[in-house]
Amino acid sequence: MAQVIVVTSGKGGVGKTTSSAAVATGLAQAGKKTVVIDFDVGLRNLDLIMGVERRVVFDIVNVISGEAKLNQALIRDKRVDTLSILPASQTRDKDALTKEGVKGVIEELSKDFDYILCDSPAGIEKGALLALYFADQAIVVTNPEVSSVRDSDRILGVLQSKSRRAEEKRDPVKEHLLVTRYDPARVERGEMLKLDDIQDILRIPLLGVIPESESVLKASNTGNPVILDGESQAGQAYKDAVSRFLGEDRPMRFIEAEKKGFLSRLFGGRAA
Amino acid sequence: MSWLKFFRGKQEETPQTASQAKERLQIVLAHERISRKGEDFLPKLQKEIVELVAKHVAIDAGRVNVSLERGGDLSTLAIAVELPGPEQAQRAS
Ligand SMILES: Nc1ncnc2c1ncn2[C@@H]1O[C@H](COP(=O)(O)OP(=O)(O)O)[C@@H](O)[C@H]1O
Ligand SMILES: [Mg+2]
Repeated sequence: MAQVIVVTSGKGGVGKTTSSAAVATGLAQAGKKTVVIDFDVGLRNLDLIMGVERRVVFDIVNVISGEAKLNQALIRDKRVDTLSILPASQTRDKDALTKEGVKGVIEELSKDFDYILCDSPAGIEKGALLALYFADQAIVVTNPEVSSVRDSDRILGVLQSKSRRAEEKRDPVKEHLLVTRYDPARVERGEMLKLDDIQDILRIPLLGVIPESESVLKASNTGNPVILDGESQAGQAYKDAVSRFLGEDRPMRFIEAEKKGFLSRLFGGRAA
Repeated sequence: MSWLKFFRGKQEETPQTASQAKERLQIVLAHERISRKGEDFLPKLQKEIVELVAKHVAIDAGRVNVSLERGGDLSTLAIAVELPGPEQAQRAS
């Protein structure tokens, strides 16, 4: 049976899509058959971040409405052969997604894949609820910022009450905290919430900390998930997070401010 | 080279990715703007092609693969239909 993982946050713009692309690619690199689904119907973006936007023919709504078969809508990644992408529809509205329809898609995918990642839209409305409904595990993406932490807490409540596991009174959805856009220098200056503070408040196991990094923009410009950039700190931090997800021990990196030398202090070099 | 450039040398080494971003956006948005106006013709086109092929040979609709590569000037649509062996095809007709 495949594991269904939702990447969620409540708040928009915190790094769900960036993280979905990176984690899916990382799991596939580890040899796991992985599919990543874009649930942001009407505002699809995962295709761009994954660099497959020119190859989209059909989408999840076409599959649900019977206009296309699932295998016709899946896009096989050209970099990692165990990775597939199921795009969201760009033209339909959110009502085109139904619980029954999504259930059918996930059940069919479960036969062929080890991991099904669901990239949730922002909010706690229908699209976000559908993205998390079938989840076995949740990656809660949080920025070190008050509104993001609050929204994460809210979405944790939704996971615990509105997911299928909650409704059927089965074991709860397994929760993971992924802190992204973490800027250790600003934390050190007391301008940004500390990792410890976020953990104190949310109290769920920490999967990883992804530093604020210029390489993320470079990755989205070129359509290569940042985890493929092995030289960047963000790429390495995502790799660590995937390893932890698969049960390996990895120390947290990039959570302390780098001691800057005279020159970089003078010219303000930023983290890669 | 100014002394400033000398110290900032590292920045100039990194390849410019913004131009790639612009090019990718221009292509994908050109296509999206067209399909926003009318109905997306691809599902219909595929359905009609499959029906046409099915008139001649027995095929399984699930064994039709559509792949698309959008480009700025040229897009290619490839439809691969897996045909049954000659025996099955005869039995169907
Ligand atoms: N670690 C990071 N460092 C710098 N920028 C980031 C990082 N993670 C995400 N971003 C940027 O934040 C913005 C929102 O990211 P995105 O993944 O689209 O969020 P969401 O899917 O939650 O709306 C994007 O511009 C992205 O490039
Ligand atoms: Mg997103």
